Amino acid sequence: MFKWLEKNIPKIVIAPSFFAILVFVYGFIAWTAWISFTKSRLMPKYDIVGFIQYDRLFDSPRWEVALNNLFIFGFLFILIAMILGLIIAIFLDQRIRIEGFLRTIYLYPMALSLIVTGTAWKWILNPGLGIENVFKNWGFENFTFDWLVNPDYAIYTVVIAGVWQASGFVMALFLAGLRSVDQEIIKAAKVDGVPTTKIYTAIIIPSMAPIFLSAFIVLAHLAIKSFDLVIALTGGGPGYATDLPATYMYTMAFSRGDLGQAASSAIIMMIVIFSVVVPYLYSELRNKNDQ
Amino acid sequence: MINNSSSSYTNVMLRILLYIILFLFAFYYLLPLFVMITTSLKSLEEIKTGSLVSLPRELTFDAWSVAWSKACTGIKCEGLKPYFWNSIFIAIPAVMISTFIGALNGYVIAQWRFKWSNIIFALLLFGCFIPFQVILLPMARVLGILNLAGSIPGLILVHVVYGIGFTTLFFRNFYVSIPVELIKAAKIDGANFFRIFWSIFLPLSLPIIVVTVIWQFTQIWNDFLFGVSFSEAGTQPITVALNNIVNSTTGVKEYNVDMASAIIAALPTLLVYIIAGKYFIRGLTAGSVKG
Repeated sequence: MFKWLEKNIPKIVIAPSFFAILVFVYGFIAWTAWISFTKSRLMPKYDIVGFIQYDRLFDSPRWEVALNNLFIFGFLFILIAMILGLIIAIFLDQRIRIEGFLRTIYLYPMALSLIVTGTAWKWILNPGLGIENVFKNWGFENFTFDWLVNPDYAIYTVVIAGVWQASGFVMALFLAGLRSVDQEIIKAAKVDGVPTTKIYTAIIIPSMAPIFLSAFIVLAHLAIKSFDLVIALTGGGPGYATDLPATYMYTMAFSRGDLGQAASSAIIMMIVIFSVVVPYLYSELRNKNDQ
Repeated sequence: MINNSSSSYTNVMLRILLYIILFLFAFYYLLPLFVMITTSLKSLEEIKTGSLVSLPRELTFDAWSVAWSKACTGIKCEGLKPYFWNSIFIAIPAVMISTFIGALNGYVIAQWRFKWSNIIFALLLFGCFIPFQVILLPMARVLGILNLAGSIPGLILVHVVYGIGFTTLFFRNFYVSIPVELIKAAKIDGANFFRIFWSIFLPLSLPIIVVTVIWQFTQIWNDFLFGVSFSEAGTQPITVALNNIVNSTTGVKEYNVDMASAIIAALPTLLVYIIAGKYFIRGLTAGSVKG
């Protein structure tokens, strides 16, 4: 008995976590997937009826808005954060004396809750007392900036706040990437008289492809899961103009009491995330095994 | 890194320009914080007549005391204080438990490999990527069944369960670089599983414990989705209370109180970032480039 215990202790130690993950992650995903194929509304029903919920979902104008917003927000958020992050990283890579100090400033938004970020930007973008008023005081009498309450533009305010929060982090990833490029190649290029901009565009940036990919994965993951920022900044409004899949799911689950819609939208979110993450994880793990 | 010395005059000008651009970026990241702090120190009167970006004419800390002990979060008007403590009571046990479990799991997966250990690791890792929307509905039901619905122990459980994927990953990646010969030697000396963990691995683990604790604390303190889904009136974490204060529709909109509340909610993670930024960034990059 004692021998058996001693031999199997590693398995016994990890068993609770294993079963917890099995139930709380995989079992729960299975439950949600099951519910998404039923007629569940306020209470769960367990008779499978096919794709009714998914039909309802894709017929819903609100879900269409949420998906469109995810596309607009995701595209702009990832693109702008990557460009901004890369530019700052390159500028910061020029033997700047106070680099550590500046880096601390650029990165602090990542420590904040998205609710705090949303609250701050909601105030800055306040039509009337916010940035609009600043420009009016400076003499631009006709300046208007009402994106926050304008259904056509409100989603761009989410981009503004999201980029502010995440671009410093992208900068940190890129800076680490720039530093990991083989310095010998750069020295050789300099000896050959290759201009600085050419060294960046032809040598350094192409060799950073894996870092671009990881930055993309991280940002895409953040974008698809975005929930807090929208809630704090616009509350999904005006109307449902800034709904994202995550807020749609939450509304269906907790205020509309429509379990079927909540479950099917959650499953779609998971499929979208996994279609981005799984190929990446797979290639990462394979690379590791090759080494 | 790169510097072509063609003419020293253009070089000096370029460097000055570079510093100006970097300071402009710093200004961009600091502006929201500046606006938050100055707004929180102004009277409501001054906010309405003055400018967003001006310094307060008269310093007043009224908004801070209202935010801490009087602001309304729905029906109750006791400020952020009780919710601040809720977040502390949720975060501290959840961080300690998930870090401890992660350390043991990481130790097993990295050093006591058995037939299925890599598969267990892959299952744990995969759980880090799921959008939490996909587990919200069954989790709410299970918390109800366990009689933990809307309670602080319930939230602790949720944060521990969905935190162990990351904590295990951190410790596994740290322990994997320690040679297995160490354990073999210790076993010959008669040390057992726990003895080796306790007197060899834990003393080596300080840096990774710091990284993990900071990562978990930031995640849990800043969490909004679990907080808003699984809490009730008296057990809400600070992020939910902050959102309620900002979006409460009763009475006059007190922007100075909103900003003071946002700063109070941000202060703990901001302090952690300022004190231990190095470890914070290490966790961020390890947590994002997972695997």
